[in-house]
This record gives sequence, C-alpha cells and structure tokens, in this order.
Amino acid sequence: MTINHNKMSFVRKIFNFYYEGFRSMTVGRTLWLIIFIKLFIMFAIFRLFFFQDFLGSRFTSESEKSNYVIEQLTTKPK
Amino acid sequence: MDASLVDWSRAQFALTAFYHWLFVPLTLGLSFIIAFMESIYVKTGKEEWKRITKFWMTLFGVNFAIGVATGIILEFEFGTNWSNYSWFVGDIFGAPLAVEGIMAFFMESTFIAVMFFGWNKVSKKFHLASTWLTAIGANLSALWILVANAWMQYPAGMKFNPETARSEMANFWEVLFSPVAINKFLHTVTSAYVLSAVFVIGVSAWFLLRKRHAVIAKRSIVVAAVFGLVMSLFLVLTGDGSARLMAHHQPMKFAAMENLYEGQSKAPLVAFGILKSENEEHKKEDFIAKIEIPNFLSYMAFLDANAYVPGIKDLVHGNPEHGIIPVSEKIEKGKLAIAALKDFKAAQKENNVARADSARVVLDENFKYFGYGYLENVHETIPPIGITFYSFRVMVGLGMWFVILFILSLIFVLYKKPENKRWFLYLAVLSIPLAYLASEFGWMVAEFGRQPWVIQDLMPTSAAVSRLATASVQTTFILFAITFTVLLIADIKIITKQIKLGPKEGGNN
Repeated sequence: MTINHNKMSFVRKIFNFYYEGFRSMTVGRTLWLIIFIKLFIMFAIFRLFFFQDFLGSRFTSESEKSNYVIEQLTTKPK
Repeated sequence: MDASLVDWSRAQFALTAFYHWLFVPLTLGLSFIIAFMESIYVKTGKEEWKRITKFWMTLFGVNFAIGVATGIILEFEFGTNWSNYSWFVGDIFGAPLAVEGIMAFFMESTFIAVMFFGWNKVSKKFHLASTWLTAIGANLSALWILVANAWMQYPAGMKFNPETARSEMANFWEVLFSPVAINKFLHTVTSAYVLSAVFVIGVSAWFLLRKRHAVIAKRSIVVAAVFGLVMSLFLVLTGDGSARLMAHHQPMKFAAMENLYEGQSKAPLVAFGILKSENEEHKKEDFIAKIEIPNFLSYMAFLDANAYVPGIKDLVHGNPEHGIIPVSEKIEKGKLAIAALKDFKAAQKENNVARADSARVVLDENFKYFGYGYLENVHETIPPIGITFYSFRVMVGLGMWFVILFILSLIFVLYKKPENKRWFLYLAVLSIPLAYLASEFGWMVAEFGRQPWVIQDLMPTSAAVSRLATASVQTTFILFAITFTVLLIADIKIITKQIKLGPKEGGNN
C-alpha cells in the first residue's frame, strides 16, 4: 500500500510538474501551437498524401521488395 | 532513368536538408553556451547570470521548437523518393537513425522540460545537470545522423548480401568509429558551436547599439567569444582532418574542391581564385586569376610538402605511375558486378548452386566498383567544380573572419568600451547571417562534392531514386519550399520579437 501510494504521489508530482509548466508558459504557447500545426501538416498531409512508402505500398513481403530492387538495380545499365 | 526525375529528387532533398540545417546548428551550439552561463550562475549565485541564462534559453527554445521534426521530412523522402537507396543501405542507415529517434525523444521529453519548467522546482544543481544533459543529448543526437551521412561518404563495416540486395552491418564499431564518421561529427558540431557564438555576439552587439542591457550583453559576449575562439581552433583541426580524409577516400571531391585538373607533386593550395567556365576536358589553366600557397596542398593532403596530389585528369583517365586506375576500367568492373548480381539471382531461381557460387565470386571481386556500372561516361564522375570550389573558399574565408570577430570581441569588451566601436557592433550583427552562410556552404562542399555518388563508389544518385512521376516530385518540392519558408519566417519573427523584448526579470518562458 505504501509503495503504491508513493508511486501515485511520484506520478502526480511529474504530472503537476508538466501541467504547471505548460500553464505558466507565454512564448511557449505560441511555440506549441506551431509544433502541433507543423506535425499535423507533416503526418496528416505530407505523409498520408504525398509520402507513401514506395516499396511498402507496392509489395507485401520482404522477398518481393528485394526482387523488385534487384530488378531495378540490374536493369539500369545500358 | 529520366534525368529530370533525378535532378528534381536531388533538388527536393537538397532543399529539405538546407532548411533543416538552418535550425540545427543554433540548437547544438546555444545549448552548450547556455550550460556554461548557468554553470557561472550556480558557481557565483549572481541573479544577473540567471537572467542571462534564461534569456538565451528562450531563444534556444524558439529555435528548437520551430526546427524540431523538420528532419523527419528527410526520412519520409528516403522511403518515397529514394526507395532503391533505402533498401540497399538496409540496417546500416536504419540503426543510427533509430537510435537518434529514441535518444531525441527521451532527451526532449525529460531534460528540456526540466530546463524550462524546473526553475525554482528542482535544486540548482539538478537544473544545471539537466541543462548540460540537454546539450549533450542534442549533440549525441547529431552524432547518429552524421554517422549515417559519413557511411555514405565512406561505406565501412558493411557486407553486401546479394540474396536480399541489402548491405548488412558487419561491424557496428567500424561504422560508428570510422575515421570519416568521427571527423565529420566533430567538424560539423564545432562549426555549429562557432555559428552559435557568432549569433550570441551579434544579438548582444545589437543590444549595445540600442544602448540596452549593456551588462548582460557584455557578459554574453565574453562567454560566446571564449567559446567561439576555442571551438574555432577545433574547427581548424577537424577541417584539416577532413581534407586529409577526403584526399585519401574521396580524391575526386578533393581535386574538384581545389580545381586541380592535372596532378602534381609539391602541389600549391589556391587560396583565392576565379574560375573560367568549365569545359569537358578540364584543363589546368581554367583560372582567370589565382593566389597560391606553394606546396601547401601536398602537405594538407598527405602531410608531405613534396607529395603527389592526383588531379581530375589522373582520376578520370588513370595514372599507372601513381597506381590510379582509369574510370573506364572501373566502369567495366562495375558492369561485371551488376551482371553477376543478376546472374546470381537467376541461378538461385533455377536452384543452380554452382552457377550461383561462381556469380557470387565475380560479384565479390568487383563489388568495390559496383556503382561505376551505372555510369555511361567517364566524366560523370566529376562533381560540379564551380560550386565545390567556391563553397569551400567562402566557408574557410568566413571561418577566418569569425576568429577575428571573437578576438576583437574579447579585446573590446575586456579592455575598451565596445559601445563606442559602432563599426564593430554593426559588423557583429551582420556576421549572424554570414555564419549561417558559412554553415550552408560547408554542407555544399560535402554534398555537391561527392556527386555523382549517393554511396561512394557503390551507388550513384541516378540508381538510388524511385521511379516516380517527375511531376509528383515537383509538387512536393513546391510544398516543402512553402512550408519551410513559412517556418523560417515564423522562427525569425518570434526570435526577433524575443530579442526586442530583451531579458525579463522572470525569464521569457
């Protein structure tokens, strides 16, 4: 019980540390907004619509991927 | 392969790396400058130093927040635009990047939080330790990225597996501690430290010009100038090491950087030169004007003032006297290696063990020149001379100016009134963009100079790209240009706003 209580108190301390830290921010709030917008653009727009994994989106197994790359590498020279 | 696809893929990666690198160096260097400032605060207990630390910490925070995760775009590009390359490099590239990702996550979520939120909540010493660990963590994070980059320039500690077409890590320590990796890391981070020192001096000079926060500005100048001066010495040493490693492992890049067309003993270093327009045969007299330092290039490359430095012609057409084989021969060996890989896979499909074994022997014998098999013309091995030559000189020239700036900064702050030296203060402010230019030019020397290789001798850029529609690469290029420009404008606007506000009593969280 004491161990659990100590653990809870430690977790609460950590939570409060971050919570109060974020609450007292001034410049930081603008920065967090920029970070979230940036991450949204990167992962929800760029990654989803423009940056699909070229091999992953075409092949399912590792051997298919390797066969494709070998074909690419060995048919290029003229 | 469509040349415009290769060029657009190159341009896209260059643009992303260029913008990413605008944010990174200030994070790497300012973190240490802040750590030194906070150490002085903890040691002396003077509140002035706490204000100084918190002010620079705010600028660090802005730059860090805007720059964080801009490197992720590069990783997206590996999977989408450079799929052949990504597959070929396998775990060698993946492992350092994974370590970097994990390290960055833990560092960012713990130590930076203590650094910004922990004032008055944790002990002074614990806070100081967090600041130092943030600086060390950020720089270790850079280590892994630079190890991956160095491996592309000097592929050590690997073995190619023809069954999977992937490079496998034969020796992790060889990858991590390759001389190119160590030198690249040290040279890059010390250049970032110098940039950060110039930034601190420039901003402080602006305060002195505006007659604001004079004490804070002068103290900041002293810390930055001492840090910058010491790091400049390391920068010179590691730059010297880079040149020597380049002469041994990337002699074409070295020759291009020096515009050395014909090899020579007792080779001079061109300290200043204006090039004529390039032509395919690349003759030695392709200078309009130049100032040389006798024997210096030979000494720089081989620590011997009489040593023979191979020129572009030697490297392209060969020089038996100096044991240099011509590119045409390397191309033949490369084609043999590629054909052997194809044969190996075909033999495996047919379960023909003997044929697969013999193909493997040919592949192993010629694998060193694998990438040359994709080249159609011996001149393809020559990187863009003009960009490499001029970038190197601008980088070195500006580096020398920064040493002078650090010395003048110390003299004026310690022995004279810097407020009265307005010419110096203006020069210091002007040096901020120059430091970024020097940093980007250094990157250009390293990356333009190694063309056509994405992995030295093993894979040219043309073989590394994914077969995508050129239009899709053009679209993402434009999207990145817009996104990164907006981020850069935001960075500059918020940082300048914070600078104008200046150090506040309670800090600028």
